[in-house]
Amino acid sequence: MADKQTVTFIITRQDGPDSAPYKETFNIPYKKNMNVISGLMEIRQNPVNANGEKTTPVQWDMNCLEEVCGACSMVINGTARQSCAALIDQLEQPIRLEPMSTFPVVRDLIVDRDRMFDALKQVKAWIPLDGTHDLGPGPRMPEKKRQWAYELSKCMTCGVCLEACPNVNDKSNFIGPAALSQARLFNAHPTGELNASERLNGLMEDGGIDGCGNAQNCVEVCPKGIPLTTSIAAMNRATNIQAFKNFFGSDHAH
Amino acid sequence: MAEHREFLTRRLHSFLGVVPIGIFLIQHLVVNHFAVYGEENFNQAADFMHNLPFRLLLEFVVIYLPILFHAILGVYIVFVARNNTKNYGFFRNWMFVLQRVTGVITFVYLIWHVWETRIAIGSHGADYSLMEGILSNPIMFWFYIIGLVSTVFHFANGLWSFCVTWGITQSPKSQKIVTYATVIVFLALSYVGIRTLITFAYGV
Repeated sequence: MADKQTVTFIITRQDGPDSAPYKETFNIPYKKNMNVISGLMEIRQNPVNANGEKTTPVQWDMNCLEEVCGACSMVINGTARQSCAALIDQLEQPIRLEPMSTFPVVRDLIVDRDRMFDALKQVKAWIPLDGTHDLGPGPRMPEKKRQWAYELSKCMTCGVCLEACPNVNDKSNFIGPAALSQARLFNAHPTGELNASERLNGLMEDGGIDGCGNAQNCVEVCPKGIPLTTSIAAMNRATNIQAFKNFFGSDHAH
Repeated sequence: MAEHREFLTRRLHSFLGVVPIGIFLIQHLVVNHFAVYGEENFNQAADFMHNLPFRLLLEFVVIYLPILFHAILGVYIVFVARNNTKNYGFFRNWMFVLQRVTGVITFVYLIWHVWETRIAIGSHGADYSLMEGILSNPIMFWFYIIGLVSTVFHFANGLWSFCVTWGITQSPKSQKIVTYATVIVFLALSYVGIRTLITFAYGV
C-alpha cells in the first residue's frame, strides 16, 4: 500500500518558542534502511514541502545516533521515542513527527529538557566529593547490586517517560519518573548512600514522588528498559520510612 | 514537616482510602447482605448498627471526614492528570483512567446515597422497606448497580496502588500477583453487593 519510492512525513513545526505550531508535509525519496533522522537529513538537504514550495529546513536535536544520548526524542506516530532508533520500514506512513508536548518547544522538533535537570537537582542525583585530593579507592559494592544499579545508570534523560506519563503535564508539578529512579541509583552507591536521606527528602518535596499515579507508562516506553516502576515502588518505601524517621526519630540526618 | 505537605497529604489520601474507608465499605456491604436472609434479619442488623454507642461520632470519624478528604483531594488528582490511553494503551494506563472515572462516579453516587438513606430520613435509621421502595424503581436499581460496581472497582484497584504507594509490592512479579488478587476482591465484593441489591429490588 505505501509507495516504496517515497516517504511522507507530516511534521508539526514551530518557528520559535512563542510562535504558533503548524503542520508541514514532506515527500522524500525512499532509501534502504532509512531511519527518521536520515529522513530529516534528506529534508535538510532539499527543504521543499509536498506542495513544491521552498521552506526552511526542519530543526531537530541529535547527537550519538545510537540511542544512548537521549537528545533525539520526539513523538513519532503518536508515541514518544528516539528518532535515531525509529526505522522507516517499521513505521506506518505518513509518518507524523511532533515535538514532545511535555517540554517547551525551542524550534520545530527541538525541545528544552531543562526541567529534567532541575528534577535531578531536587533529588540531589549526584555523589558529593569532599575536595580534589586523592580519597583513595572507593568502597566495594556487592556484584548483584551493581548489576541492577547499572541498569538504572542507563538513563539518558531523554524525556520519553515524562512525555508518556499522564501526571507530567502543564497542570501538575510532578518531576517525572526519571529523577525518581536516579535517586534510587545514587542511594544504592556505597558512597552516595552517605547522603541517602537528603535525596529521600528531595523526593518528598513538592512535585516529588507523590505525583506518581501508577499508570506505569514510563516502564513500557523507556528506550533503555529501565525498571522505573520498581524504582518508584522502592523509593515509595524508602520515603515512607524517611517520613516516619523525620517525624518520630531522634536523628534527622539518617 | 511543613515543606513536605504535598507528600504527606497524598500519603494520607492513600491511607484513608483503605483505612478506614475500605474497611467500612466491606463492613457495609457485608452487613447489608443480611437482606438476602430476610427482611427481619436486615432490620435487626440495621438496628444494631444504628444503635451503636457514639454512632454519630463514629460516623464522622470513620466515614464522613475520611471520605470527604479522600473525595476532595481525589477530584483535584483527577483534574491534574492528562489521560493518554489513545497513544499509550497499556493495561495499567487504562486502570489509571478507570480509577479516576470510577472515583468521580462514586463521589456523585455517594452524595445521592448518603442524602437518600441517611440525611433525608432524619434520626430514625434506614430499614428494609426504605431500600425496597428505592430499588424497586428500575432506574434507581441501575443507578445503584453502577454506583456499587464503580465503588468496589475503585476500592479494589486502589488496593493495588496502595500496595505500591506504601512500598509493599516493588517487583513486577509481586505487582502482577496483587493485580490478580484485586480482581478477586473486585468480583467477590461486587457479588456481595449486587446480590443484596437484587433482593431489595426483586425480593429474591
